[in-house]
Amino acid sequence: MIEVTARYFAAFRERAGRDREHLTTNARTAAELYGELARKYGFADSVTRCKVAINDELADWNVALEAGNEVLFFPPVAGG
Amino acid sequence: MSFKITSVPIDPEAHKLALVQSAAGACVTFEGWVRNHNEGEAVQALEYEAHAGIAEKEGAKILAEAKQRFAIETALCEHRVGKLAIGECAVWVGVSAAHRGAAFDACRYIIDETKARVPIWKKEHYASGETGWVNCATR
Repeated sequence: MIEVTARYFAAFRERAGRDREHLTTNARTAAELYGELARKYGFADSVTRCKVAINDELADWNVALEAGNEVLFFPPVAGG
Repeated sequence: MSFKITSVPIDPEAHKLALVQSAAGACVTFEGWVRNHNEGEAVQALEYEAHAGIAEKEGAKILAEAKQRFAIETALCEHRVGKLAIGECAVWVGVSAAHRGAAFDACRYIIDETKARVPIWKKEHYASGETGWVNCATR
């Protein structure tokens, strides 16, 4: 188990009802953590359409999480 | 070259002046405006949100890619955040180049990549009072 901070943006923030939270998780990757949170909050977007950033840098969904990471969950983008 | 997220109205004329270079014979600009409908629903306003730090970093990469792929002099992009009314400019892209072909191609590339990659989100406020996040299954 590791402790991380999750941050939610746009539709994810509204769905989760918060913009961040501290979590203790068994997830080994950002994708696994997203899976846990999707079940908890009903996020319906597949990871392939979403993006993740770790400590303010865009990251690969399969990168290993480390204790203390700040994991930013971005729903599908819609600029323009 | 610069890619900026801004919470104040975009000034196209000021940006255009920043594109002027003596080697440039062409300037192509694109403005994305807030329209009053989307997918059959009447839209009253749009609310944009971004992660400004990551958006500007990813945007700078897009401009650098455009410069590498097309024979342009320089390029700029600015995207608004906050609540915008119908008709307001949400995004502005400008490119200068020696010739028009590269300027058109680079401008198209920058707006297409911005829409696909940059962490910016758009919430529609409908006439019915409902709201919806564009592109998201999570509403």
